Amino acid sequence: MNDMANSPTTAVSNPPVQPTEAYFNAGDIVRISATRNVPQPDRQLEKLAKLIDVSKCIGCKACQSACVEWNDTHPEIEENVGVYENPHDLTPNMFTLMRFAEWENPATNDLEWLIRKDGCMHCEDPGCLKACPAPGAIVQYSNGIVDFVKDNCIGCGYCVTGCPFDIPRISQVDHKSYKCTLCSDRVAVGQGPACAKACPTQAIVFGTKADMQAHAETRIEDLKSRGYENAGLYDPAGVGGTHVMYVLHHADKPGIYNELPENPRISPIVEGWKGVTKTAGLAVIGLAAVGATLHGLFSRGNEVEEHDTEAAKTLVVEGRDPDEDPHKGGPA
Amino acid sequence: MAHRPYYSERGDRIESRAPVEVSRYRGFTRANHWVTAFCLIALALSGLALFDPALYFLTALFGGGQITRWIHPIIGVVLFVSFALMFIQLWRLNMPKPEDTTWVTKIGDVVKGNEDNLPELGKYNAGQKFVFWGMTGLIVVLIVSGVLIWQQVVGHLVSVPVRRVAVLVHALAAVAIILVFIMHVYAAIWTRGTLRAMTRGTVTGGWAWRHHRKWLREIASRDTKGPAE
Ligand code: HEM
Ligand code: SF4
Ligand code: SF4
Ligand code: SF4
Repeated sequence: MNDMANSPTTAVSNPPVQPTEAYFNAGDIVRISATRNVPQPDRQLEKLAKLIDVSKCIGCKACQSACVEWNDTHPEIEENVGVYENPHDLTPNMFTLMRFAEWENPATNDLEWLIRKDGCMHCEDPGCLKACPAPGAIVQYSNGIVDFVKDNCIGCGYCVTGCPFDIPRISQVDHKSYKCTLCSDRVAVGQGPACAKACPTQAIVFGTKADMQAHAETRIEDLKSRGYENAGLYDPAGVGGTHVMYVLHHADKPGIYNELPENPRISPIVEGWKGVTKTAGLAVIGLAAVGATLHGLFSRGNEVEEHDTEAAKTLVVEGRDPDEDPHKGGPA
Repeated sequence: MAHRPYYSERGDRIESRAPVEVSRYRGFTRANHWVTAFCLIALALSGLALFDPALYFLTALFGGGQITRWIHPIIGVVLFVSFALMFIQLWRLNMPKPEDTTWVTKIGDVVKGNEDNLPELGKYNAGQKFVFWGMTGLIVVLIVSGVLIWQQVVGHLVSVPVRRVAVLVHALAAVAIILVFIMHVYAAIWTRGTLRAMTRGTVTGGWAWRHHRKWLREIASRDTKGPAE
């Protein structure tokens, strides 16, 4: 019998040498795409989070490399087109991407190089999961991890439509959707995500959400003491908070970090589409179908009558207008 | 022929005299209609499979979720082309006429089957015209919104905000077209003697007199002028 792993509290520890059992599994799923009334697990796992301190990032992309290595993806080799992003965007083979912005701070006239590690935010209220039509293609565990289950994915792209952060990417090879898994397979055996493990400056740290919030506080305090008075934590309430959070030096302007949304939430259009449209739509279709069937079965129907047939004969065979001769057919 | 018939197509003619039968749709139009109908049903089933989890089981009809997702828009394009062909053949006689207004105001008599109180009509009544133009408009909306959410083909070209609107519009238009479809099928069955127009291609003289009298009159007048049988 192997030891059971513990919920990880850091990404820096090295794995044990003996094999370990996963500490969470399908029994800890709290939400399943296209599935109503998911039975709730009787235990609540410790909420986890990854904290990305943008002010500490040096843009080395070790995290990207670690992601590619751990997940065994093979991003295409692209052309250098004179930008720092590489590849050009998130792809089905690149779950995380360093996005670079050159921002001129109007208060100081300084040019600031803002580097944000983009990727799935692991929303507490995930829009991707809400939009997905395929039962079981997206699941959420009680520790906050939102995971895509490839076998159930049909490649429709609805998750892209639902995500407030424009994260999922559909492969043109196998027509499945891909995004960051928060290294659920590593976390399950007590390890932190590969990116956090690889980050040379510890701009990425990992642990319980409570620990990460507390750690963020110390970082924000430090930034404020160094003149970044708007430093703050990005843990947007509109999506119920996220399990990937940022420390931003300019938390009042998330948009300057390559369009990080200011108040992300599941779009009201998506809510309306997946909500009232479905309920009302199915109700009217059902009513119309049942009503038409019942009425069709029990009503007499509009039958052609004998005088119609006679009238047609008068008109066509005798070449006379039946209406002008009341004795020969025509409406009585 | 001197001028275009006003209430009928040139090809509509008296097929037989004893009993009186009138040809309404030639073979091509009927085949065209059934291809369109088949596509619409397949689209409704494959679309509804993704519309609500309770109907996801319908994907089994198409061989699974991936295939349903793949085939739905392809059938959509076939439907669009097939309907466009039908549109070319049918639009002229589906243009509104003054008697349509009278017919609509007497909708109570329509439902009760009091044909004597209704105006004489050409090839289509206002209900049929409503179905025709409803289908036309909705199919245009469905192809445009459908292509915009076609992940496999245009997924990388369409922005997320546009996709959101398109998928909502597509879902609403799908509900609407399914309602129009139910109405269409119901009316074709309730009005006894109608289905054969799309199966055999002909209707009885009595049916034509009862429901589309101006149509019948025009054909009959043409028939007497034409060469005798
Ligand atoms: C006319 C061309 C059409 C095109 C190009 C098209 C395309 C699409 C596409 C791309 C999707 C997303 C799922 C997928 O990728 O398969 C979809 C969904 C859907 N389609 Fe269509 N479609 C068309 C016509 C129709 C018609 C005629 C109906 C109804 C009879 C229909 C009903 C639906 C429904 C109900 C959905 C699911 C929407 C939802 O999830 O809320 N579609 N269609
Ligand atoms: S692409 Fe896959 S994961 Fe995304 S919504 Fe469709 S089925 Fe769900
Ligand atoms: S960021 Fe997008 S893909 Fe990730 S959990 Fe939130 S909605 Fe889903
Ligand atoms: S590994 Fe760390 S420092 Fe390097 S790019 Fe990623 S987050 Fe920034």
